[in-house]
Amino acid sequence: MSVKKTPETVVEAVQLSKRYAGNTVVNKLDLKIEAGCFCGILGPNGAGKTTTLRMFIGHCPIDDGHLAIFGLTMPEQASLVRESIGVVPQMDNLDPDFTVEENLHVYGRFFGIAADVLKTRIVELLDFASLQDKADSQISELSGGMRRRLSLARALINKPALLILDEPTTGLDPQARQAIWQKLRALKKQGMTLVLTTHYMEEAERLCDRVIVMDHGEIKADAPPKQLIRTEVESHVLEVHAADEALITQVKMDPAIARFEKSGDIHFFYGNKFNLALAVLEQSTHDDYLFRPANLEDVFIKLTGRDLRE
Amino acid sequence: MNKLSLARLFLSRSIAIWSRNIRVWGKLAGPSLMGNFGEPLLYLLVLGYGLGQFVGEVEGLSYMAFLASGVICTSAVNSASFEGMYSAYTRMDVQQTWLGMLSTPIGVAEVVFGEVLWAATKSLISVSAILLVASGLGLVGDAWALFVLPVAFLTGLCFSSLALLVTSFARGYDFFLYYTTLFITPMVLLSGVFFPIASLPDFVQSLIKVLPLYHAISLVRPLMTGGELTFVLLHVSVLLLFGLLAATLATHRIKKRLIK
Repeated sequence: MSVKKTPETVVEAVQLSKRYAGNTVVNKLDLKIEAGCFCGILGPNGAGKTTTLRMFIGHCPIDDGHLAIFGLTMPEQASLVRESIGVVPQMDNLDPDFTVEENLHVYGRFFGIAADVLKTRIVELLDFASLQDKADSQISELSGGMRRRLSLARALINKPALLILDEPTTGLDPQARQAIWQKLRALKKQGMTLVLTTHYMEEAERLCDRVIVMDHGEIKADAPPKQLIRTEVESHVLEVHAADEALITQVKMDPAIARFEKSGDIHFFYGNKFNLALAVLEQSTHDDYLFRPANLEDVFIKLTGRDLRE
Repeated sequence: MNKLSLARLFLSRSIAIWSRNIRVWGKLAGPSLMGNFGEPLLYLLVLGYGLGQFVGEVEGLSYMAFLASGVICTSAVNSASFEGMYSAYTRMDVQQTWLGMLSTPIGVAEVVFGEVLWAATKSLISVSAILLVASGLGLVGDAWALFVLPVAFLTGLCFSSLALLVTSFARGYDFFLYYTTLFITPMVLLSGVFFPIASLPDFVQSLIKVLPLYHAISLVRPLMTGGELTFVLLHVSVLLLFGLLAATLATHRIKKRLIK
């Protein structure tokens, strides 16, 4: 599959804002996404991720600010913009009345693609999504992973320059998730621009060359994942689970501890090395602890807090 | 793009939606035809035969011939209303089919127009079937009866637009019972389907004449029985006006509901 050539800047948002009943969901967002970028948006529930994506495809009126996709003004030119966008929604909305192949055909017709062009494209897409043997299957016969792959194939029917994925692997088993990851990496290699939201840090860390952490409608951090881990948090984390206070007091004596947090019965110590603390733990009878390099989840928690969002 | 090519684009996108729906219908045509055409036919045969023996002639027609026009219009109303409510709600809310369509270049107005076209097509399908049987029973005057088909389509356009407007307010399937019980059923009972409206009190007659079904029947009955067609422009205009107004409002409401 070839990808349409796009102008350098695919998404440009300037002071983009959205309010629901006086509640600011997206707050003066400034954002530029360049062509060929695989951009991940992370954030707790209600951070404004989905609303932002919905503005990208013209499914959400803009209250303030300016948004251009492919240099076209949104939402005025939404229809034109959507000719070159693929959307994988959070909840599958495949047509349950149709077979796999019919789903692709009917969706392609919505783009006005001619039936004979669709014929060859559907063969390519079924192959890409590893659904060759499922062309005549009903949607109800597909596993969750197959459905997601079909949603992905459907989103590619118009050869989009920008692919938007809202939590594409939520609810999938590890095998199905890795299969989706492979497909997305292949698309990135072809030069496609991808924007995805996810709750899986590992997903963002492995796939994205740029991670945006959002909270309360604002961008809290925006950098390549490795750089985020390097700059936003200490290099290592010591987690001590269900330990008594006396032991914790001893561990805390380590001068290398830069930061400390408690969540439930887990104590988190952040720092670059923990010679003293580790020695204390080794000598104690307590063996329920973990010393590990910091990861994207630590960045996420630092930036958005440990409070539950519902 | 000039206006003509914009209009062509609008139409071709609406037709893409129409094609999607007819494709689904093709898979379930059997039971769907049973409902849309079997039930009105039963009414026609059973009431026409049973009541016809007591009633004798109505407005110079056999009761069954009188009833046939009413049943045809009712079938057009019901087919389009069901499609515009239950089926459309499923696509709007339960299956999120419309949201999928709106992720393509298609817009809300095109979705609404495509759905209205399709629902009117369903009216056309069921009316065609009834017309066929009615002519077999000798209830059709002459070839003019073929013009019943465009009237059925127009009636379908009008009532599916109204149904979509109702759907735009719905929060569940139960909501539609308000509309059918408080509007559709009384209208069907009073608009001259089963008996001439002349037997109703004056104020009820005036009320009924404001509603679209009366105007559909006023066109269909003379066409079916070889009677004299009067006020064609008025009847057509009322059906068109209700349809246009409802479709415009429905588009506005559905846009607010989905694009928020």
